[in-house]
Amino acid sequence: MKLPILTTCAALMCSTALADEIWVTNEKDDTISVIDIETLEVVRTIDTGERPRGITFSKDFSVVYICASDSDSVQVMDPETGEILHDLPSGEDPEQFVLHPDNRHLYIANEDDAITTVVDTETRTVIAQIDVGIEPEGMAVSPDGKIAITTSETTNMAHWIDTETQELFANTLVDSRPRHAEFVKDGTELWVSSEIGGTITVFDVATQTEKGKIEFEVANMHPDRVQPVGFEFTNDDTHAYVALGPSNHVAVVNAETYEVEDYILVGRRVWHMDFNADRSQVFTTNGVSGDVTVIDVASRKPIKSIKVGRFPWGAAFRPTN
Amino acid sequence: MLRRALSTSVLMCATCFGGASSVAAEVNVAIHYIKQEVEAPPTLSNLDPVPEDLGQMGAELGLSDNITTGRFLGQNYELTVTVVPPGDDYAAAVQAALAETDLIVLDAPAEQVIEAADVAEAADALLFNAGAADVDLRADMCRANVLHTLPSYAMRADALMQFFVKRRWDDIALIEGERDSDQAWADTMEASARKFGLSFGERKTWAFDADMRRNAAQEVPLFTQDLGDYDVLLVADAADDFARYISFNTWEPRPVAGSEGLRPVVWHRVVEQWGAAQLQSRFTELAERDMQDRDYAVWAAVRAIGEAVTRTGAGDAATLRDYMLSDDFELAGFKGRPLTFRAWNGQLRQPIPLIHERALVAQAPLEGFLHQRTELDTLGLDQPESGCQAFDG
Repeated sequence: MKLPILTTCAALMCSTALADEIWVTNEKDDTISVIDIETLEVVRTIDTGERPRGITFSKDFSVVYICASDSDSVQVMDPETGEILHDLPSGEDPEQFVLHPDNRHLYIANEDDAITTVVDTETRTVIAQIDVGIEPEGMAVSPDGKIAITTSETTNMAHWIDTETQELFANTLVDSRPRHAEFVKDGTELWVSSEIGGTITVFDVATQTEKGKIEFEVANMHPDRVQPVGFEFTNDDTHAYVALGPSNHVAVVNAETYEVEDYILVGRRVWHMDFNADRSQVFTTNGVSGDVTVIDVASRKPIKSIKVGRFPWGAAFRPTN
Repeated sequence: MLRRALSTSVLMCATCFGGASSVAAEVNVAIHYIKQEVEAPPTLSNLDPVPEDLGQMGAELGLSDNITTGRFLGQNYELTVTVVPPGDDYAAAVQAALAETDLIVLDAPAEQVIEAADVAEAADALLFNAGAADVDLRADMCRANVLHTLPSYAMRADALMQFFVKRRWDDIALIEGERDSDQAWADTMEASARKFGLSFGERKTWAFDADMRRNAAQEVPLFTQDLGDYDVLLVADAADDFARYISFNTWEPRPVAGSEGLRPVVWHRVVEQWGAAQLQSRFTELAERDMQDRDYAVWAAVRAIGEAVTRTGAGDAATLRDYMLSDDFELAGFKGRPLTFRAWNGQLRQPIPLIHERALVAQAPLEGFLHQRTELDTLGLDQPESGCQAFDG
């Protein structure tokens, strides 16, 4: 059922609207929960395809891309109306993706197929499929657009893709079950989290060699349950906020020294996150407790938890001004 | 005669995938999987036949996983499958395989596992027990050249008892079959119940030969009438013979567990958290059926070899064994935490799912059961009680 969302919104709350939003995919509800950053409440719930996970906005925020994993498609949605504009060919079981800085090419991890699919969002065609390791998941593109990364959960590698040739030029081992990858510091470093290994590996991008490893230790928690997954960076990449899965904590890591400075208690099985516009707040998805924790970055304290749908997975910021 | 097949060809193409890697030297790893076929005892129902390729499909999937990783590192794997018919000489098949490799996955009853381990040429080989859950093999019968990827009966029993403690199902009754394997499973559950301070009441042997499909509703209430009062009824039926007819027909309305109802398993299709859905779908695509306990144990053995080869860049049994028993080894086994080997008896530590046919109920170790080393060591034989002298650890 498609609700006339604009009308509803206008009638109910749009007098205070035009606040920025956090969009959260609910893996087991086939919906997106939209959180108003001013009121910290869910203001819209939008239907999606089956098992939505990865979510990202186009660079101009005119459309939002959603990995509908069990529908075997990437859906393109109008964020104003919540209407699905069209589907992109995505390969089977798309889990996570990243949009190239050219705002045109999507790099998609096909979890069941050990393939990374490159899709042209304008012509809506697949332009390359690249064999990678088993269960690809983490995706990243360097700021200059020259390198794309796929991490594979069971092969335990970061696969380095040359975006001109769409071919692999390096494969580097990391600890068990890599989940997420990010380029930082102007693309000079690549960070990869390993869920079962319990670490983040930092690579020097120029040489593709390991330059550091970050380890985590939560008080009164066996190391096996401290499982780094999603992570994002504060302004100027000074600190990383790292979701630690079933330990129910987020770590704050100093990105210069690679030391963990704080652990913040959040909801159960914390997975991914995103920041608001000025990066003063971070919103974490907590899969098992079905909520989102809002953390105040200055004080490093959780300030609210917001109930969303079942098994929230991805989070993406949307400015509305 | 032995049936043998070279299962999957070797992938030689390291450079075409970029090849740049820290572990560069080419390694060739040959793995043999040797299965002892056993005559399945007759069962009252034939609703769930044992798949002919049980175990073997786990080896095939593990191989395919290893090859995918190995192709980026110049590491090549091949698998040879040998099936030994009932009554044939298992040790001879192992001896023949040892001429070609020192990495063998055993899928056989305990007696054959011991025979295989004691073959003279196996002394420096690395064998994996993926088919026998007998506690003895991890205790005084342990062998230094055998690691166990199948959990012991003791690990499964402890998982169940943790659940009973948590739910305060303190009083237990038990029905067991007449076979030795039923009684061993019953003994293990009783010992575990006592370890966890639960009260173990009546224990009765199921000796009927009636066909329960027709008259379970008549026989079971009477049979269970004199068990007295209890919180949960355990059923020990290793061959899956009569257990299915107990639920809902007991004199007292009580939950059933053990071989029926709430079951502690190694693996089951209802396990889908922790990325398990991906392993399930890869297996189903390959085997055209659901992944079962022994498939998982065999898969874990082949993957443990792959993981150790990936990390060490070596393919010889001595290096791989040392690495697997070290603190550095960990296997991502889709059970929510890293799997490691116990250095004192070679058992692969792993969580035990507690399931019913339709869903995962809980996964042991349950919250609150603590251990100074790892909570996983609350399941099965701990170092002081193991009695295994063959390992240094």
